[in-house]
Amino acid sequence: MIRSRLVRSAGLRFAVVYAALLAFSALSIAWFLWWSTAGLLNRQIEESIQADAENLSEFWRRGGVPGLILRIDERLTQNLDDDAIYLLVQGRDRVVAGNLERWPPNVDVAGPFFEIQIQRGAVRSLSRVQRFDLPGDFRLLIGREVAVRVQLRNLLTDALLWALVIVVGVAMVGGLIVRNLFQGSIANVSATAAAIAAGDLTKRVKLSGRGDELDQLSEVINEMLDRIGRLMDGVRQVSNAIAHDLRTPITRARTRLEDAALHAETPDDLRAAIERATFDLDGVVAIFQALLRISEIEAGSRRASFAAVDAAPLLRDVLELYDVVAEEREVTLVLDIPDRLPLFGDRALVQQATANLVDNALKFTPPGSTVRIEGRTRPNGIEVTVSDQGPGIPAEDRDRAVERFYRGESARNTPGSGLGLTLVGAVAQLHGGSLRLEDAKPGLRATLVLPSGDGMGN
Amino acid sequence: MRILVVEDDKDVAGFVTRGLKEAGHVVEHADNGRDGLFMAVSEVFDAIILDRMLPGGIDGVKILETLRGQKNDTPVLILSALADVDERVKGLKAGGDDYLTKPFAFAELLARVEALGRRGKTEGPVTKLVVEDLELDLLSRQVKRAGQKVDLQPREFRLLEYLMRHAGQVVTRTMLLEGVWDYHFDPQTNVIDVHVSRLRQKVDKPFPVPLIHTVRNAGYMLRAEPV
Repeated sequence: MIRSRLVRSAGLRFAVVYAALLAFSALSIAWFLWWSTAGLLNRQIEESIQADAENLSEFWRRGGVPGLILRIDERLTQNLDDDAIYLLVQGRDRVVAGNLERWPPNVDVAGPFFEIQIQRGAVRSLSRVQRFDLPGDFRLLIGREVAVRVQLRNLLTDALLWALVIVVGVAMVGGLIVRNLFQGSIANVSATAAAIAAGDLTKRVKLSGRGDELDQLSEVINEMLDRIGRLMDGVRQVSNAIAHDLRTPITRARTRLEDAALHAETPDDLRAAIERATFDLDGVVAIFQALLRISEIEAGSRRASFAAVDAAPLLRDVLELYDVVAEEREVTLVLDIPDRLPLFGDRALVQQATANLVDNALKFTPPGSTVRIEGRTRPNGIEVTVSDQGPGIPAEDRDRAVERFYRGESARNTPGSGLGLTLVGAVAQLHGGSLRLEDAKPGLRATLVLPSGDGMGN
Repeated sequence: MRILVVEDDKDVAGFVTRGLKEAGHVVEHADNGRDGLFMAVSEVFDAIILDRMLPGGIDGVKILETLRGQKNDTPVLILSALADVDERVKGLKAGGDDYLTKPFAFAELLARVEALGRRGKTEGPVTKLVVEDLELDLLSRQVKRAGQKVDLQPREFRLLEYLMRHAGQVVTRTMLLEGVWDYHFDPQTNVIDVHVSRLRQKVDKPFPVPLIHTVRNAGYMLRAEPV
């Protein structure tokens, strides 16, 4: 159980990765060191063999074979480290001079360097040698023992082994530190998530205030939780609203039908009662459809069909649809917009939202007054303002005005479901904009703020 | 008209079939997708009313796609409880000519089906619509009644054009909103009534015989005889 939990711990995984990375980098450095040092030593040996060869050939040119023999002997006596190898043979195997007993069998061509084991007296050692062919059937072997390199390798191997022990130690400690850091930083998030899962929706992730990646993540999580909270509130609101606001028309329809079934005297009475009940039920259906549409908008799926839209012709259409209604009510409907109002969104929804605002304004503004529809472009979007001269919405109620089924005091006697502004608010939110309700003194000024294309997050 | 109703709900199907027969149409009914598809491809209808969700493994959209795949252009009205805009778009994309969500008023269904059945019958591009002494010239965009010129705003012209194209048929308020204003939602105010009454002032008021009639519980109809 404990073992499998350890394996599954992301912290441990980070720790292991950290250790592996550390070990890998330590080994790479050691290997590079070894490779470059050994290479340098090889080159030095080769240079010294070359220098020797030039020097000996000089003597051979001046003094012939005897001169060469003399020089080799001299060299050997001068060689205090006893690492030089010379051998001059004639014919197949006659040793003329040098410190080897016989020609090493592997060295069969002149030119390249050979690295071979050479037996010298009782000592066997690794040497680097080169063969030179001289006229008169003479062959010369010059070489150096590479014992130093072997020592170096042993040294480095020892050092590496020790380093490995240290690396493992450091990696374990470092890994533990990394793991604790990691666990510490997500403990906050996971504690919050656990609390939320247990049903406490008010919990939020605490921010460290450093503004780092973890803080950013926490902020995103908190935003998400806020949105979930809002949606939950919405659901609760809808169920309450259904309980209260739909019960009334359903009760009315039911009463009418039952009353008609019990007391209707003539077929005409019955038909009239049924027709009125049908009308009531149509109202219920309309409310349901509005609710479904609002939820559909709030779910955000229509964002996929967003496109560049010019709101100016759209507003002109709304004016054209409603100006006859305004005239009928002796209201002046004024449209004040620029030639173009570019936005990025869903055409039909923006149309419906603005129509709702105008519809509302016409419903509440008194005869003889003016309703203004204004459109303005802003640096990162557009604003559509609809202002009336009606009773407005009291300041303390404005936040609640976009809630489902909100109906102001003054709206008690006007027809409507209390869903118009809810839809406008939902459309604004879908577009990443907002709906602002202000006092037009007198009346209500509703401003729909919609971002233009480039202002959108997605 | 010969109309096929593909609908599995017995009550809805019975209601629709009875209503259509009363309105003088010949109605065939299928209560599952397989029978519906079979009848739709093997017989000739003027219009098909198609429920979207059907038993029998073949749903409405499937039937529609099969029909359109066989180059069968019978007008189809989709009847569905799925009211989402996406669902609506899906149904129309599959080849549906109109989409009506449940629950619906029978008058709305009848008006839309009759409009569908009528569509496509007129041959060639029409340049002039005439009902009694009312003339609407689509080219010069002029309207005359009894030889007198009637001045109309562009939107009033389109409203009258829509009514005249559907002369003798019931046209509902939603049909006008969709057909004339391209609005696919229900404004809370009765804007359509106001627009129609405006049009009446200009087209009917100065003349002895009214042409635009209100059909109770349904909508409007343009014709010479009273409703």
